[in-house]
Amino acid sequence: METIVFYILVIVTLFCAVKVVTTPLVFRAAIYLIGSLLGMAGFFMLLGAEFMSAVQIVVYVGGIVVLIIFAVMLTSEPGGMQDRPDIKRTIPAAIVSGLVFFGLVYVFSLTEFKRMYPVEQNKGLAQAIGEKLLSLGPDGYILPFEVVSVLLVAALIGAIIIAKKERGE
Amino acid sequence: MMLTIHHYLIVSAALFSLGIFGLLSRRNAVVVLMSVELILNAASMNFIVLGQLVTPGLVTGKVFAIFVITVAAAEAAVAMAIIVGIFKYRQTVDVEKITDLKW
Repeated sequence: METIVFYILVIVTLFCAVKVVTTPLVFRAAIYLIGSLLGMAGFFMLLGAEFMSAVQIVVYVGGIVVLIIFAVMLTSEPGGMQDRPDIKRTIPAAIVSGLVFFGLVYVFSLTEFKRMYPVEQNKGLAQAIGEKLLSLGPDGYILPFEVVSVLLVAALIGAIIIAKKERGE
Repeated sequence: MMLTIHHYLIVSAALFSLGIFGLLSRRNAVVVLMSVELILNAASMNFIVLGQLVTPGLVTGKVFAIFVITVAAAEAAVAMAIIVGIFKYRQTVDVEKITDLKW
């Protein structure tokens, strides 16, 4: 059962990802990106990380894809830019990405991943992540958490300033 | 047949390679950004797969995946602002035509 679900998710995710990088219409690529991200949320669900699956859907599908669709609409050229695949660009790109893929698969096949720390977890996943993120202890992540929050504020202010309409224009 | 770590890792490697393919072959800056999102998502998927299957019971992998997702969101916001700004200035988002920094 798990295997069947896994292969259905593989087909959906990889089909949508291929369409994202090959379809000439930008808006359609954004819609296929939603399918690919939802497929990945399915993988997280299959792995037992329900909280990460929810975060994936809320942040990516609800936030980033909406932002991308706004950008697609704000930057549509008159006549519509058709990003047709160009043979002198796709062949080198296919070679490089194929080499990356087979290199990664080769490295993975050499590595044996041993299961470690069979710790029984009695807390819920969201609770465990929250305590880990905000604990002040030696294995807590409070400092990176605060740094990332500063980064987010800086990115949002920067985005507003860059995209702001200039006065008198 | 049991699902092993390698099944998941090969899927995320395929997504990563597709992202690289899009990054190198597309001309529209917005689609290039979508490819970057695919690459970042493959990375966070690796964190979650290894966190769930190699160290079950620990949440470190998921915490790192949350950081990756946060940085991806910040990056998307800034990149969108830059693309919209370039479009207002040049009326194009074709990365081959934006050559102002080319010396």
